Amino acid sequence: MIRKKSFLDAVAENRFIHTILSIVLGFLVGAVFLAVMGLSVGEAYGRLISSVTSLKGFSYVIVYSIPYVVAGLSVAFSFKTGVFNIGAEGQFVVGAMAAAVVGILAGGLPKLVLIPLCFLTAMIAGAIWGVIVGFLKTRWGINEVLSMIMFNWIAFYLSNFIAGIPAIHSDGTAEATKNISENASTLFSKEFINSLGLAPTFNWGFLVAIAATILVWFIIEKTTLGYELKAVGSNKFAAEYGGINVNRSILTALAISGALAGLAGALQLMGMGSRISVFSSQEGFGFAGIVVALMGCSNPFGVLLAGVFYGALVFGGSKLNLVGAPTQLINVIVGTVVFFIAISTIFRYLKYLKKAPKQPVAAKKEKEADKA
Amino acid sequence: MTNLINNLGIILYATLIYTTPLLYAALGSCFSEVSGVVNIGIEGMMTAGAFTGTVVAYFTGNPWIGFLCGGLAGAFFGMLHAIATVRLGADQTIAGTAINMLGPGIVIMIAKVMFNSTDTIPLEASMKIPRLFRGVFDTSTVFGRFMDNVFANYASTYLVFLAVAVVWFVFYKTRFGLRLRACGEHPQACETLGINVLRTRFLCVCMSGFLSGLGGACVTMAISTQFRPISIVGQGFIAIAAVIFGKFRPQGALLGCLLFGFCSGLKVVLGGSSGIDMQLISMIPYAITVIVLILFVGKSRVPAANGKPYIKSK
Repeated sequence: MIRKKSFLDAVAENRFIHTILSIVLGFLVGAVFLAVMGLSVGEAYGRLISSVTSLKGFSYVIVYSIPYVVAGLSVAFSFKTGVFNIGAEGQFVVGAMAAAVVGILAGGLPKLVLIPLCFLTAMIAGAIWGVIVGFLKTRWGINEVLSMIMFNWIAFYLSNFIAGIPAIHSDGTAEATKNISENASTLFSKEFINSLGLAPTFNWGFLVAIAATILVWFIIEKTTLGYELKAVGSNKFAAEYGGINVNRSILTALAISGALAGLAGALQLMGMGSRISVFSSQEGFGFAGIVVALMGCSNPFGVLLAGVFYGALVFGGSKLNLVGAPTQLINVIVGTVVFFIAISTIFRYLKYLKKAPKQPVAAKKEKEADKA
Repeated sequence: MTNLINNLGIILYATLIYTTPLLYAALGSCFSEVSGVVNIGIEGMMTAGAFTGTVVAYFTGNPWIGFLCGGLAGAFFGMLHAIATVRLGADQTIAGTAINMLGPGIVIMIAKVMFNSTDTIPLEASMKIPRLFRGVFDTSTVFGRFMDNVFANYASTYLVFLAVAVVWFVFYKTRFGLRLRACGEHPQACETLGINVLRTRFLCVCMSGFLSGLGGACVTMAISTQFRPISIVGQGFIAIAAVIFGKFRPQGALLGCLLFGFCSGLKVVLGGSSGIDMQLISMIPYAITVIVLILFVGKSRVPAANGKPYIKSK
């Protein structure tokens, strides 16, 4: 028997709607936490919304989003090709470091040469970091998750070490590198920023992020390479049987994913940071990339939206303490969103709300049993 | 010679300090992974345990109640992971990532409300996990100092080595262990033999949360005296790496954790005495892990059904 598709059916089956529902639930859970802590929900969420909807606030959101979008693309690309790039963190760090080294040491070059050079070295550095892990996997069968976790930390300490080298280290007392050359900066001109009253770090990196989104979509959906990588991702053995070189595909996938993460690092450095500090713990852009990729359902355009959403939450969240709410609320909201995305199968029960009265009872009972 | 024995004592002391929390979490990870559920939420569960342990110890004054509650807090997040992955067939990586955000997010927010700071109030000495055999050894002699360094250790350290033996016994010498391992290899076959795959996995994931919580509590109740947002930075992931390193066996995870702990201990001594840059020395544990993997360990066979949700058919 074919049932007529109702509105609820559509809601129950659409992944995009699942994500929206998850986001709503995330904010609801956040509201419950706020209420339990005795804080005003309206005030906190009002602050969150007002801080990202002004022109200046929105320009902040855009620049905050850039590294999250591109790091998210890196992880999403790896998901599509059957590898879990938990190493995006390390690739991000070496990318930022490579861009910083070029941006400082070759600072005399004209803008038109220096900026592409910075991007290129960052992408190569990230790609190398990814390929090493891929090589360990294809040559010695070493689990990529394990070596990625190790290489994340090696990258972290390597970056701290390079920041301490005299030619790179800041002349002042700061535990950081020198600032990169003006010629390596992606910032818009001061006059332009001031005339519109935008964020002082407003930069054209977001154009690169959009271009990267389209490029990744193109590679995955429209090229032979993308087809091969996806084939390996969905069934390694079938792909091999079909004549695809699996090992080479894994290396290619990790190289592209690593290059994207490295690019994310360069964009963050050249637009926002302009120098690299010596950190005591990982910054977490790569790990945020995992979250963004998951929220965007590993679809490049989904990742673009999810990255902007994440950037908005991070920027808005930094203003929460002005109304006495802890910034950590953002992690609870995002964590809840990701949790509901993971269990989005429960939204399928929505279609039983209207018809077939027997099933909703069973579904409800199961849900209650799960909660208990 | 005196110097060597002194240094060796310090290295071994640091090894045990670093190994203990990792080992708790790694045993937890073993439970979950071997039963067929990928758990990358270990980090979040450790953070929850680290906070809860030290807060409960602070208010009750009893370290053991705190330690246990740390484990229970971890188990709570383990249960969340189990509901999502075992009962609702969720993608295990996604659910684990959510736990890694929720765990720290929730406890740091509670810390902010309770203490008006993201750090908790430091524990007094009597509220910390006690050190056993304190003052038994004569620290005026070289040998005594060595023994004091190595054996006058926290009770939690002694407990974790005991736990390795218990987990090994459960895995390989009991009926439950056999079932648990079978669930990770071929759940359909288990079900036909009347084993309740979902219940076994559910229990194992909760157990992994409990042990991870204990590991987190060790960090804030033995090594340090307070919870801070940077108390747990990456130990959960290192524990997962140790389990893969140990080919998904508790005794292998022990070796993985000890190797990592030893390299970290080496770092402490080298950092003090040699002229090598501290940042480079800090890389040693990670680099050596990779090198040992290449040279001696090689491929780690993942349990066949690991990562695949088991959907019970009617």
